[in-house]
Amino acid sequence: MYRSHVLVCGGTGCTSSGSAKVIETLEAEIVKNGLSEEVKVIRTGCFGLCAVGPIMIVYPEGCFYSQVKAEDVPEIVTEHLLKGRPVKHLLYKETVEEDDKIKSLNHTDFYRKQRRVALRNCGVIDPENIEEYIAYNGYEALAKCLTEYTPAQVIDVIKASGLRGRGGAGFPTGMKWAFAAQNQADQKYVCCNADEGDPGAFMDRSVLEGDPHCVLEAMAIAGYAIGASQGYIYVRAEYPIAVGRLEVAIKQAREYGLLGKNILGSGFDFDVEIRLGAGAFVCGEETALMTSIEGKRGEPRPRPPFPAVKGLFGKPTILNNVETYANIAQIILNGPEWFSSMGTEKSKGTKVFALGGKINNTGLVEVPMGTTLREIIEEIGGGIPGGKKFKAAQTGGPSGGCIPAEHLDVPIDYDNLIAIGSMMGSGGLIVMDEDNCMVDIAKFFLEFTVDESCGKCTPCRVGIKRLYEMLDKITRGQGTMEDIDKMEELCYYIKENALCGLGQTAPNPVLSTLRYFRDEYIAHVKDKTCPAHVCKHLLSFSIEADKCKGCTACARKCPVGAISGAVKTAHTIDQTKCIKCGACIETCKFGAIIKK
Amino acid sequence: MKNKLETVPFKDSPEKREKLNAVIAEFKDVKGALVQVLKKAQEIYGYLPLEVQIAVAEGLNVPLEEVYGVVTFYSFFSLQPKGEHQISVCLGTACYVKGSGDVVNKLSEKLGIQPGECTRDGKFSLTACRCIGACGLAPVMTIDDDVYGRLTPDEAVKILEKYM
Repeated sequence: MYRSHVLVCGGTGCTSSGSAKVIETLEAEIVKNGLSEEVKVIRTGCFGLCAVGPIMIVYPEGCFYSQVKAEDVPEIVTEHLLKGRPVKHLLYKETVEEDDKIKSLNHTDFYRKQRRVALRNCGVIDPENIEEYIAYNGYEALAKCLTEYTPAQVIDVIKASGLRGRGGAGFPTGMKWAFAAQNQADQKYVCCNADEGDPGAFMDRSVLEGDPHCVLEAMAIAGYAIGASQGYIYVRAEYPIAVGRLEVAIKQAREYGLLGKNILGSGFDFDVEIRLGAGAFVCGEETALMTSIEGKRGEPRPRPPFPAVKGLFGKPTILNNVETYANIAQIILNGPEWFSSMGTEKSKGTKVFALGGKINNTGLVEVPMGTTLREIIEEIGGGIPGGKKFKAAQTGGPSGGCIPAEHLDVPIDYDNLIAIGSMMGSGGLIVMDEDNCMVDIAKFFLEFTVDESCGKCTPCRVGIKRLYEMLDKITRGQGTMEDIDKMEELCYYIKENALCGLGQTAPNPVLSTLRYFRDEYIAHVKDKTCPAHVCKHLLSFSIEADKCKGCTACARKCPVGAISGAVKTAHTIDQTKCIKCGACIETCKFGAIIKK
Repeated sequence: MKNKLETVPFKDSPEKREKLNAVIAEFKDVKGALVQVLKKAQEIYGYLPLEVQIAVAEGLNVPLEEVYGVVTFYSFFSLQPKGEHQISVCLGTACYVKGSGDVVNKLSEKLGIQPGECTRDGKFSLTACRCIGACGLAPVMTIDDDVYGRLTPDEAVKILEKYM
């Protein structure tokens, strides 16, 4: 028995900010102070509050240390772990109250409104120890299915829960399983989509890093439900920590007889293999993902036939997203009514969002469906840094759209987001402020999809490229009003005619910014200005004569010699030479250079 | 994005070839193993020149054009050697809105190469990548296996100088 447990986040975010070094120092200090028998260090998955990582929690007190550096560790060990006095100046500020009392993490703004279902074990258990997962009712749902339910009953429970696919499109999971179960075949497959390609979304990675067994358990349940004996997890090669933990988890599950032949003596066989992605966004599309598992170019196939009929290697296959699987065991254990009591009429349960961009508390949050954007951004996310004004929230990644301030109070669910021109997507939620140019953001996403289009169908390969070119023209100040109309027409054409989800949704960033920020487009076209001062070609730099001290710093820094003026007299910028690199603004100590 | 380092002659060694042959033998009868074999081949050689692709094609008994098709489809595979130090700046959405575009430009200026290229001395290659999932630390870059977060363009250059 240990009297104290120290949990340190070993997710990608905290590892990137140095948690490995913190753990190393912590273990050494514990040995040095003779506490090895009393204090246990556990490397967990993501706690969610990546903004203040590396994160450390000391139990039983539940003290939450943030931005821990290796240098801070000796003090925490000697003061807190040895003498029992929490080191207040290193605690997460929000958990220390005015009278110096320490409050629980669950009462801070970031966690209070959250409801953790998919992320319930992340940051709580050691992901590399199957026994910790089992202690939190792990594999109990699988046992319940194998011993108490027929496959059809399992599907009925999932159907009744109202769970919809968390990968983006929101297709009812139970229905997907039922289709695959109906089809007879000598072999069927269960696949897990962990090819989290949406830049800015990292919930699937966090689940795999923090709670890999919950995905394996759910895949086995799915296998039982549809009659499959083999599963594949298709995971991005860019996620080395997640892949490593999955490998450990699969090995342990096999050792415990929870994967493999005759699971729990039920006669049911199921095993899982990992397949690594190789960096292609389109492989997140279900048919492309299966083609990629087959070792080919990951190009999508036309549907029908749907994967439930003819999927991987031509056999009936189901594909679900990591977060969808993370809900399955809880639904089996707590019942479908429990799950459907959360959320809105058509979107049940919770949703994990990866909060990023111009927001104070970047990280992962899980909230019931129906929570408003305002609650997520202002209350949980702690608002926008630097007192800047909110401009838009981008959801759905390259397939989604930008939501303006007027829709901040819309309850978020699959259908509402589509109604306001965006989509749920995998749950990336990027906040933008007044310094972001919406035309530039649309161009950014189009550049991404141009790059990632597989090239199989013409609307996507050629159409998106043309869209990108028109946007580029506008950001250079060469666009016409006719271009805007043409762009809109082309967007609808691509949406209707592209082969797969990538092409069909690629115009969304353009359409949604045109819908809500048309005035910004018009400013670029008619006034030849970029209101957010982002688009380089539309900027002009000038020096305010009364503020310029004539120090010559900017003139020396300018790479093209566009700035001239004698020492101690006001300088000027030659607009014909200026390449708008902004080096002068960075150099000027007097704030004399302005960007328009 | 094409790597502009002038064609470096392919250097094979019996040890590397033996490793490659072992990988091919291991996966010869596995269904759909091409991507996995190519990944391991790239681990051995650092990139996938035509010579290696031919060896894989012959070893697995698949047409060379299919191997080439797969190699050029996935951004993970490279037809050109990479620099001794690989710099990768994240241009995912979260990093982009926090100014990672400026970080790439600054590094590009400092190294005198465009993203996707390798310096002439073979020391550095620069790429712009899509989201490594450390969005809480945006903007982020990686040099080899080290992650650097919350960057400004000037800080990125300072970090780079440590590797020079």
